[in-house]
Amino acid sequence: MITLSDLSAKGGSPVTWPMGLFLLGLATAPFWLAPIGLYQYLGIEIAIWILFAMGFNLLFGYMGLHSFGHGAYLGVGAYAFGLFQLHVGTSLWGGLLAAVLAATVAGAVVGLFLSHRRGIYFALLTIGFGQVFWFSAIKLHSVTGGEDGLLGIPRPPLELGFASVDLNDNAAFYWFVAALVALVVPLLWRLVNAPFGRVLQAIRQNELRARFIGYEVWRFKWATFTISAATAGLAGGLFAMAQESAYPDVMSLHQSGLIVMMVLVGGGLVSFWGPVLGVILYFIARDVLGGLTETWLLWYGLMFVVMVMVRPEGLAGLFHVLRPGKGRA
Amino acid sequence: MTLFAAEAIHKRFGARVVLENISLGFERDRVHGIMGPNGAGKTTCFNVLTGRHAPDRGRITFDGRDITGLAPQRIARLGIARSFQIMNLFDDTLVIENVLLALPAFRGRRTSVLGKVFEDAGLTDAALAVLDLVGLADRAWEKAAALPYGDRRALEIAVALAAEPRILFLDEPTSGLGAEATQGLARLLDRLRQRYTIVIIEHDMRFLFGLADRISVIHWGQVIAEGTPAELMADKWVKRSALGEVA
Repeated sequence: MITLSDLSAKGGSPVTWPMGLFLLGLATAPFWLAPIGLYQYLGIEIAIWILFAMGFNLLFGYMGLHSFGHGAYLGVGAYAFGLFQLHVGTSLWGGLLAAVLAATVAGAVVGLFLSHRRGIYFALLTIGFGQVFWFSAIKLHSVTGGEDGLLGIPRPPLELGFASVDLNDNAAFYWFVAALVALVVPLLWRLVNAPFGRVLQAIRQNELRARFIGYEVWRFKWATFTISAATAGLAGGLFAMAQESAYPDVMSLHQSGLIVMMVLVGGGLVSFWGPVLGVILYFIARDVLGGLTETWLLWYGLMFVVMVMVRPEGLAGLFHVLRPGKGRA
Repeated sequence: MTLFAAEAIHKRFGARVVLENISLGFERDRVHGIMGPNGAGKTTCFNVLTGRHAPDRGRITFDGRDITGLAPQRIARLGIARSFQIMNLFDDTLVIENVLLALPAFRGRRTSVLGKVFEDAGLTDAALAVLDLVGLADRAWEKAAALPYGDRRALEIAVALAAEPRILFLDEPTSGLGAEATQGLARLLDRLRQRYTIVIIEHDMRFLFGLADRISVIHWGQVIAEGTPAELMADKWVKRSALGEVA
């Protein structure tokens, strides 16, 4: 049985060794990425996708709602950031706020249609809505730039009052993204261990019982969907900055499938940290396998298949095997 | 005084009529039993009374308020709690958290995204007190899935009790229990009857006759007899129904 049993119920203090390790890795990455043969931009990509994956897992792992169209909210965030820069004004916080707000509204509206659905109907609707956003991005040419997307989105500088940091430099941009990740991830950790998060998990385990002890289950589903879309929106805004563009592919079905794959392979079903492992593994596979063979995605796909067959708990599940009896850590 | 009343309830699934013109009344501070053979419609009756299914016809009132067709969570929040015959627990969760989640005061904190689950010692104590009532206090910090069957049954009742109910519906609480555990449960319910209005579905006649103030016998989706245990003992239909002779 796959469970999120490693989650602390009694504690919930974000000061844990995985959190320490995670923040340490985040803070030191620029110093060892190049020496081990990788590059600065990879760190940015990984950090952004960790944000996306962590927010996604709130819905996928914790709430047990299987969304296959979550790329849409990443894309909405990316387009909102771009449109803000191109039409409203060059502003870092304005753009990111627009990205989060747009994705939150999109998630909240779609969530209203989804939160009374379950299982395959929920999954199909998420795909359907995902396609609606993707199709709109392609067809609303005057707004979104069609298949080319929005090009030349600037990376506005970070204004600190006393100084202005130019984020066009990938090293500086990494620090900015890492700081946001270091802020959001402990907040998500708090959320899943707070009463709200525990109710989510109770609903996943037994929706019927949750209703019979008085919880309005659909509201929790809706709220979780919305929070998860908002996180995706933030990741999308950062993604638009990273790519200096926003294009329909960002919200394609492929992208939505990718996040599911990363979260599953990493072990998002059994651990808060699963998505982090999954994202890192994917990008390492892309760059290392991709350096060796053009067919790397095939090998990654096969690895995914094997993983689902023999270790459905994912990478994080391996740690459980290595550290048995960790029921209440 | 009647606390909970169902009048002329009909329920069918497809072509199958499961409940036909059932009327029941449960008095405050009493233990009311519902018995009948398997397939008589007892559990469906509970499901209709507690909001899992809406009745096709009929009216359900609780403390003078019409609750017909309300969603289960709304009915639950009025103070109507139930246990399930097939256990419905939060298995991957600690025993104490199963109970904690059901406390109305904890439900009041449901939107807290930064607070800690066990930060309110008063709530934790309240949950422990409920567990103590069913004899599970010393297993509070174990995972619910790790409990043996009898203890899971007790936890099922504890979750219902944690809701601070004004009326408690128990669906076949002895189901699957051995003789000793059944006696333990009888003692527990005997303590609970001082505080709660209880409705029990049960096919174990001896268990029910020892506990209930009044019993309704359901067969073929209808109430075929009603009365005190002593009255029903004398009723040949009841005896034959319970023995499965009227099939």
